[in-house]
Amino acid sequence: MSVIFLLIGLSLLVAGGFLAAFVWAVRSGQYEDTGTPALRVLAEEPSAPRSRTAPACPPQPNDRNRP
Amino acid sequence: MGWIGDRVGVALRKSSLPTEPDTPAPSDQGRDGGASVCRHCGTPCGAAAVRNGAHVFCCHGCKTVFDLLQQHGLGRFYDLSPTPGLRVTQPADPRLFAHLDDPAVRDRLVEFSDGRFHRVTLSIPTIHCVACVWLLENLFQLREGIGRSEVNFGRRELHVTYDAQRLRLSELVALLASLGYEPVFQLGDTAQRSSPAQSVRLWLQLGVAGFAFGNVMMLSFPSYLGLEPRDSPGIRWFLGLVSLGLSLPVLLYSAADYWRAAWQALRHRTVTLDLPIAAGLLALFGQSLWEIGTQTGEGYLDSLTGLVFFLLCGRWFQNKSYERLSFDADYQAFFPLSVTRCTEQGEEVVPVARLRVGDRLRLRHGELLPADARLVEGRAEMDYSFVTGESEPVRRRPGDLLYAGGQQIGGSIVVEVVKPVSQSYLSSLWARLARPAEEHRSFQTLTNRLSRWFVAGVALVALGSAWAWGVTSGPSMALKTFTAVLIVACPCALALSAPFALGTVQRWLARNQIFLKNSQVLERLARVTTIVFDKTGTLTTAGTDRLRWVGPALSPSEQTAVRVLAEQSTHPLARQLANSLHALADEARGSTAAGWPGSPGAGLEWFREHPGRGMEGRVQGREVWLGSAYWLRARGVSIPEACMRTAHAVHVALDGVYRGSFQLQRALRRGAEALTRRLAGRFELALLSGDQPRERALFQRLLGPGAWMAFRQSPEDKQEFVRRLQQGGRVVMMVGDGLNDAGALRQSDVGVAVVEDIGAFSPASDVILEARRVAELPELLALARNAVRVVYVCFGLSLLYNAVGLTLAVQGRLSPLVAAILMPLSSVTVVSTACALGLWVGKRSGLASAHGPEGWKP
Repeated sequence: MSVIFLLIGLSLLVAGGFLAAFVWAVRSGQYEDTGTPALRVLAEEPSAPRSRTAPACPPQPNDRNRP
Repeated sequence: MGWIGDRVGVALRKSSLPTEPDTPAPSDQGRDGGASVCRHCGTPCGAAAVRNGAHVFCCHGCKTVFDLLQQHGLGRFYDLSPTPGLRVTQPADPRLFAHLDDPAVRDRLVEFSDGRFHRVTLSIPTIHCVACVWLLENLFQLREGIGRSEVNFGRRELHVTYDAQRLRLSELVALLASLGYEPVFQLGDTAQRSSPAQSVRLWLQLGVAGFAFGNVMMLSFPSYLGLEPRDSPGIRWFLGLVSLGLSLPVLLYSAADYWRAAWQALRHRTVTLDLPIAAGLLALFGQSLWEIGTQTGEGYLDSLTGLVFFLLCGRWFQNKSYERLSFDADYQAFFPLSVTRCTEQGEEVVPVARLRVGDRLRLRHGELLPADARLVEGRAEMDYSFVTGESEPVRRRPGDLLYAGGQQIGGSIVVEVVKPVSQSYLSSLWARLARPAEEHRSFQTLTNRLSRWFVAGVALVALGSAWAWGVTSGPSMALKTFTAVLIVACPCALALSAPFALGTVQRWLARNQIFLKNSQVLERLARVTTIVFDKTGTLTTAGTDRLRWVGPALSPSEQTAVRVLAEQSTHPLARQLANSLHALADEARGSTAAGWPGSPGAGLEWFREHPGRGMEGRVQGREVWLGSAYWLRARGVSIPEACMRTAHAVHVALDGVYRGSFQLQRALRRGAEALTRRLAGRFELALLSGDQPRERALFQRLLGPGAWMAFRQSPEDKQEFVRRLQQGGRVVMMVGDGLNDAGALRQSDVGVAVVEDIGAFSPASDVILEARRVAELPELLALARNAVRVVYVCFGLSLLYNAVGLTLAVQGRLSPLVAAILMPLSSVTVVSTACALGLWVGKRSGLASAHGPEGWKP
């Protein structure tokens, strides 16, 4: 029965991983605009790979650092 | 850009077009019953149409955009939406935006720069559909130097990264403007933009609380099911410790705002619902800590984490705000970012912030004067309706003083700045009007009024039962009952009632194009006793006044000649004249005819505009003169003396002979009569106006004999009027539209800003309402009262749960399992009732908009 200690610890570790993923998602700005992606998908071109993509960009400033 | 042409030149090109009615291209046939519509913007084209193969365009601007997109392989824009484009009326010359390259301005706009690549966020209110999003995110295909661009549709914003060495900001903005997406810049921008930090924080708090809630509940399952592991007694202790560890971040991080709010309430000696919530949280945690520490039980940590999670859900629901709308606009938001300054080297465009006393500015038709100034050159006709509400322009001669906020009508003028922007009449007016309006209101919410009774009741029950148990079974039982009462009385469901009920109604209204600043506005709307209207722009329409012809009737061909000439001008009176003659011609031909007659622009041979006086031209072989009586007389037209004194009129002479005048009549807004009739019985009404009391009798009849009337009101007068009403114990709703109402809108309990176009700037207010929907105010008021009724129903429901819990608690029979069931159950039922009833009263209100969901093409 003492294996339960290990299992609970492991399960919390996994759950903590998901929490960390959530925190990362929020901090990288994915929850800031929940409306536009829904529109963007409508405009997606029929053939999956886009023929041209935006040219190389500088590293995007992290949204946390915005003034 | 290519289509900049002088006005006469454009007119000549128009006249050389074929005059027979259009045979529209098959693909462009559509909405207007066979009339050809522009492939780009969907405007009916008429004979001024420009052709390009099978496609028809309403103007050269639209055709240029179409060609540009085709050239760069962006033709898909037109597949995404039938006529997705925006009509481009202004030529977009990068020089117009040259002030944006000024380092002082640019540095304020650029958010991020690594020396070469700049990132800016531009506010573009004209974004309206899928195709816009697609086009703006493919900007890099149009111009070298543009990197990634990303649209935030909800905020109507575009984030662009560009290479500053290859592209200037002014060129980028000019490119956007040439596509019809001209960004809007505000003077006081960037600083007051709501920071995303707050919503990030709420999301994180919610995530942590949800995470802890789920896990603690899972760890509590053995005790729910009454499982008692006999062989390893340490497991209960272990589970308890893990649960404690999980709930600590909830208590310290997720619930931080509740601790702060409760502390604030204590310091201000007010009673809010945050107090019993904080007390409940404290009792829950204290009791759990003690039980786990002494190994006498498993505690209430599942209830604790669940409580915080549900409360935060309520806060998230309530926090939904409409970011693209500005409810707190400063007067400067109406101001231009830059002006044209005349120097010895010529003219240059400078940011308003860099204006100094003594600078000479050139103001063209329709431009706003940003600082108090003296007129140097030209004839000023200043329209101060923005400041005072008085809609008749004021004439000024060189040497006269002009106040900031006026809009020049007619020809261009040169002025000399006499006071810095910050010390103008307008700024000082604003400083006097501004006051922290929210402070005193925020504590008077429904929930807080109820919570006073609630807190008193809970304290009474808790102390009473503790005393009773203390007498009969000793102090430990007394303490246990006391905490049990605090735990079960924790008003989670109560706290969720108002946010969910009112929030649902607020969202429903927003979907139907009526925007409230926050959901508490509904509570105040429900208590309104007195409604004050501003006249211009609310009960009367600002732009579409009726024109009445005075004089012997004109023949249809003469009317056409007048209309063709009037169409060439940008003067507001001429535009109105053209529009109403147009409507008249449509009526005469019956409703089956297409939107535009066969040959509108045809027959115009030449024309010339005399700014501030009138215009002349030759149409179908006739000399047509339109303008002021004095101008016509000066040209040798004999005019009867009686006709000379009419203000707001366009006089007409054909071939040098006076024929009569078109006189402006204020048109009542459609539905205004029905509106006032329906409101008159139930509310006290009042009318305020900056105008002259010419139409007093008309409005007295309209609003009823008991209504107050006040004319020639300055902005301060209006605010004072509202304040006096409030001192008499009335709850005042102010309905207004301009900056001249800003003070009254803020002073009133509910300020309703009436705008011609959602998304346009409006003064600080609580409700933003489209002008054409003013007649639906009675429905809105009724809906607000129903919404408050829904809140009361939910209050009743949650109090019922509290009563059940309390009976168990005072008997000392509250177990963690009962608490764990009762608390989420009450929250879920209250929330679902609130949402369902909120939607139901919304749908029954009759306010549904015919314009589809929020955000789609207006």
